[in-house]
Amino acid sequence: MSPPLLSAEEEGGQSNVSLVSSSPTMDCISQSGSGLKERNYLGLSDCSSVDSSAVSSLSEEKKNNLNLRATELRLGLPGSQSPERESELCLLKSGKLDEKPLFPLLPSKEGICLPSQKNVVSGNKRGFSDTMDGFSEVKSSMYTEGNWMFQTASDSEAPQSVGQGKFSGNSGMNVALSPRPSGAQPAIMKELPTKVLQQERPRGTNGTSHNPKTASNNNNSSAPAPKAQVVGWPPIRSFRKNSLATTSKNNDEVDGKPGPGALFVKVSMDGAPYLRKVDLRTYATYQELSTALEKMFSCFTLGQCGSQGAPGREMLSESKLRDLLHGSEYVLTYEDKDGDWMLVGDVPWEMFIDSCKRLKIMKGSDAIGLAPRAMEKSRNRN
Amino acid sequence: MMNYFPDEVLEHVFDFVTSHRDRNAVSLVCKLWYRVERYSRQRVFIGNCYAISPERLIARFPGVKSLTLKGKPHFADFNLVPQDWGGYVQPWIEALARSRIGLEELRLKRMVVSDESLDVLSRSFTNFKSLVLVSCEGFTTDGLAAIAANCRFLRELDLQENEIEEKKNHWLGCFPDSCTSLVSLNFACLKEINLAALERLVARNPNLKSLKLNRAVPLEALQRILMRAPQLVDLGTGSFVLDRDSDDSETYRKLRTTILKCRSIRNLSGFLEVAPHCLPAIYPICVNLTYLNLSYAAGIHGSELIKLIRLCGKLQRLWILDCIGDKGLEIVASTCKDLQELRVFPSDPFGAGHDAVTETGLVAISSGCPKLNSLLYFCQQMTNAALIAVAKNCPNFIRFRLCILDPTKPDPVTMQPLDEGFGAIVQSSKRLRRLSLSGLLTDRVFLYIGMYAEQLEMLSIAFAGESDKGMLYVLNGCKKLRKLEIRDSPFGDMALLRDVGKYETMRSLWMSSCDVTLGGCKTLAKKMPRLNVEIINENDQMEFAPEDSQKVEKMYLYRTLVGPRKDAPEFVWTLV
Repeated sequence: MSPPLLSAEEEGGQSNVSLVSSSPTMDCISQSGSGLKERNYLGLSDCSSVDSSAVSSLSEEKKNNLNLRATELRLGLPGSQSPERESELCLLKSGKLDEKPLFPLLPSKEGICLPSQKNVVSGNKRGFSDTMDGFSEVKSSMYTEGNWMFQTASDSEAPQSVGQGKFSGNSGMNVALSPRPSGAQPAIMKELPTKVLQQERPRGTNGTSHNPKTASNNNNSSAPAPKAQVVGWPPIRSFRKNSLATTSKNNDEVDGKPGPGALFVKVSMDGAPYLRKVDLRTYATYQELSTALEKMFSCFTLGQCGSQGAPGREMLSESKLRDLLHGSEYVLTYEDKDGDWMLVGDVPWEMFIDSCKRLKIMKGSDAIGLAPRAMEKSRNRN
Repeated sequence: MMNYFPDEVLEHVFDFVTSHRDRNAVSLVCKLWYRVERYSRQRVFIGNCYAISPERLIARFPGVKSLTLKGKPHFADFNLVPQDWGGYVQPWIEALARSRIGLEELRLKRMVVSDESLDVLSRSFTNFKSLVLVSCEGFTTDGLAAIAANCRFLRELDLQENEIEEKKNHWLGCFPDSCTSLVSLNFACLKEINLAALERLVARNPNLKSLKLNRAVPLEALQRILMRAPQLVDLGTGSFVLDRDSDDSETYRKLRTTILKCRSIRNLSGFLEVAPHCLPAIYPICVNLTYLNLSYAAGIHGSELIKLIRLCGKLQRLWILDCIGDKGLEIVASTCKDLQELRVFPSDPFGAGHDAVTETGLVAISSGCPKLNSLLYFCQQMTNAALIAVAKNCPNFIRFRLCILDPTKPDPVTMQPLDEGFGAIVQSSKRLRRLSLSGLLTDRVFLYIGMYAEQLEMLSIAFAGESDKGMLYVLNGCKKLRKLEIRDSPFGDMALLRDVGKYETMRSLWMSSCDVTLGGCKTLAKKMPRLNVEIINENDQMEFAPEDSQKVEKMYLYRTLVGPRKDAPEFVWTLV
C-alpha cells in the first residue's frame, strides 16, 4: 500500500552510477583485491519509480531503442499501423479492445502521434478502441475458433527472434539448451556439477522442426538429439517426483518400463556445517558417486587438512582428497531401509539404490565395525 | 464521528473484517483504528518469515491465535535452494512461548522445523489446536509424538508433502485415550504407520472429518476405518490394492458395502498405490465428489480414469496425471461442467510421453468448462491458437500455470514464440493473480503482461525473454506484483536497477542464472537498506575475491523491517 520509496533514488543529476564507492561498505563479503571497475548500469538520469513521471523522463539513449520497438511492436498507435499487426491485436478480443492506460515505456515522441497528452498524464484509459474501431468490424470475421491460423509477424526481426532468445549461459550451473543460432558462441558448458547432467531424455516427435534450436548440448549435429536435464525442470516438487518414482518402480516389474524420476538422498559429513543432497539415479556406479561426493565436499576437508599441519597448503586438490578418503581418513556409509548404517560398496549398485535412505561421510575411526555387519547382512539377503 | 464509538463497537465491526488485506487496510485509517485492530487481531499471515521478527509480531498483535509463516523461496520446491538456507521456525516458537501467547494454530510452509521446536510447541500452548506443515523438513516422528502426546485439544494435524525422518517409535500411539477432539488428520507423506493405533484413534474421534492415509494402510484396514468413520468428508486412501485371487474378494465386497455408507465424502485423494480393478469400489461416491486428486495414482491407465470421471458430474477441482490423455480431457470437459480447478501433472517428467496431453486437451477443457479459474498444466506442446481459444472460452482465470516440458519450445505449428497466446490469456482474464510461463517467449509477452495483467501478484519466468526490456515491462506495468521469480533468462543489471523502489512494494524477487552481476546487486543493496539482497554461492562459484562484473548465480531479495538475518549460512551473502 505504501508508495514506492523515492527518497533513496533521488541522486540529483548523477547520470552514472559508480561502483567504486560502494565497496567499502560491503562488510558482508570480502573485498575484491583487484581494481574495481566503474560500471554504468543505469544509463538514465535517475532511477525513480515509473509512474506518470517516467513518461516524460525517457532519456536520449532510450529513444533509439523505443523507436525500434515502435516499429517492431506496432501496438496500433495512430500513424504506425500495418494491417496484419492490427489484426492480431484486434483478434485478441473479438469486440472492442479494452482500453488501457498508455504503457509508459512505449514511444511517446516523433513520428508517432499520441492521442492527446492528457490521456497519458491523467491516467485515463487509453483509447485503443479509438484506433481499433475502424478495423474491428473488418477483422473480427477472421477470428474463428478452431480455424485460427495465426498471422506470423512480418517484421524482419521476428524470424530471428526465435533464435535470438537467450538461453541459460551463465557460469556453468545450468545446461544451456541451445546455442544462439546467429553464429554466436555455442552453449557454454563449463564443468557441470553432477546434479545437472541427468539421464538424457529422448526428444519429442517435433524434434525435426526445431532447426535453430536443435543443437545438442555437446555442440554437435543439428539433428534431434537427446536433451540433458536441467536442474529444477520441469518444476515438480521432489516429493511428487520421488513418489511417482516409487510407484512406477513397483509397477515396473509388471510393465518392464524403465523407472524414471529422481531419488534424492541427504549426504552429511562429519564436521561439515551443512548437508548436501544427491540424486542417486544420476549415477550408475559407485565410482561416479564417489567422484561426485569428493567434488562436493572437497571444500570442507580443506579445513581439516590445514589443521593437521599440511605444510603451507591453501588449496586442496581433488587427488589429495581422494587420498584422504581412500587412505581411510573418511569412509562413505549409508543408512538403509532398516535404519542400519552400512559401508557403501558391498552390494550391487541397484540394490544399494533401492535401500539407501541417506549417506554419511564418516571418519574412518568411527566406521570400525561396520564392515562385518555389512557382509553378514548381504549374506542373509542372498 | 467514529471517535464517539466505544472501542468495543469498533472491535465488533472489525470482527466482520476477516481477510488479512482488509484488516491491514483498516489498521491504516487512523491511530484509533490501528490500536483497536491490533488488539483484536487473531489471525496473522507472514508471507516471508524474514520480513519481520517474532518480537515485533508479538508487540503488535498480542492476541494472536493463529499464525501462518512461510520460509524458503518458492523455487526451493525445485531444488534450486541449497539445504540449510534457512527458514527456521524455532525462534518463532520460542518467542511466542516466552511471551505466553495463546497460540492455537500454526501453519508453516517451506520451513525448517526441528523435533525440539515441536516439543516446545506442544508444551507451551495449552489451547493449541491445529498444526499444518506444508513442504517442511528437519523433524522426525519423535516431534510428532510430542504433538500427539501433549496437545490435549488437538483438532488438526495436517502434514502435506513434508520430509520426515521416520523413527521406530509409534508416534500415533502417543495420542492419549482422552484425545477425542480430532477433526483432521493427514499423514500421507509418511511411509509407515502403526495400524492398530490408527484404527483405535479413528474409533474414538467421532468428529473426524478429514483423514488422509499413507501407503502403509492396506485396503482391509481402510475398510475397517471407514466403518468407524462414515461421517468423513475428506478421504485420502492409502494403498488401494488387492490381489485378484479369491481370498480377497470378501474384503472387496465388504469395502464396497462400507463405501456405500460414506455419503458425506466430497473430497477424495490418495491412491498412492492402486490396482485398477479395485476402483469400481468407489464408483458409488463419485457422484458426490467435488474434489478428486488422482495425481499420485500412476497405476491407473487412461481408460480406467475415464470410466471413473464419467461418474463425477459435480467435480469442481480435479488433479490428475497426464496419462489421461487429450481424449480423457475431452471426457472431463463433457462431464464436469462445474469444473473450476484443473491440475494435470506429468507421469513421466523426463520421458517423451506418448500418453501425454497437448493443446488439444486444454482447448477441450476450456470449451466444456467455462467456470475454469485455476489451471496447472504440464504438457508436451502448446500453440498460440489454442491459448487464444482458451482465453476466449475462459475469461475467469485467477491462476494460470502452463509448463511445457521442453522449456523453450515454440508453437509447433507456426514455429512462433508463444507471446501472442499468453498475451491473449492476460488480456482476457482480468482477475489473473498468478501466472507461470513456459515455451519459447520473447520480450513481447512481457509487454503484454505489463499492459494487461493488472491484478497479477505472482509471476514465474523460466528460459524466457530476450533483453532487459522484458523484465522492465513487468516491473513497470504490474502494479500489484508481489512475487517475481526468474530463472535462466537474459535480464541483467539494467532491469534490476531501473526502479529500485519497486521492490519495497513486493514481497520478494528471485533471479537465478540470469545476467545480474555482483556489482549490480551491491548497488541495489546500497540504495535500498530495507531490502535484504542475498546471494547464494554454491560449489565455489564465487572465488574469494569476486569481481563486481561477475554474474551472480542466485539472487534472492526481499523487503524486511529487521535487517540482514543472523541465521544465514556461509554460502549466503547478504549484501549491504
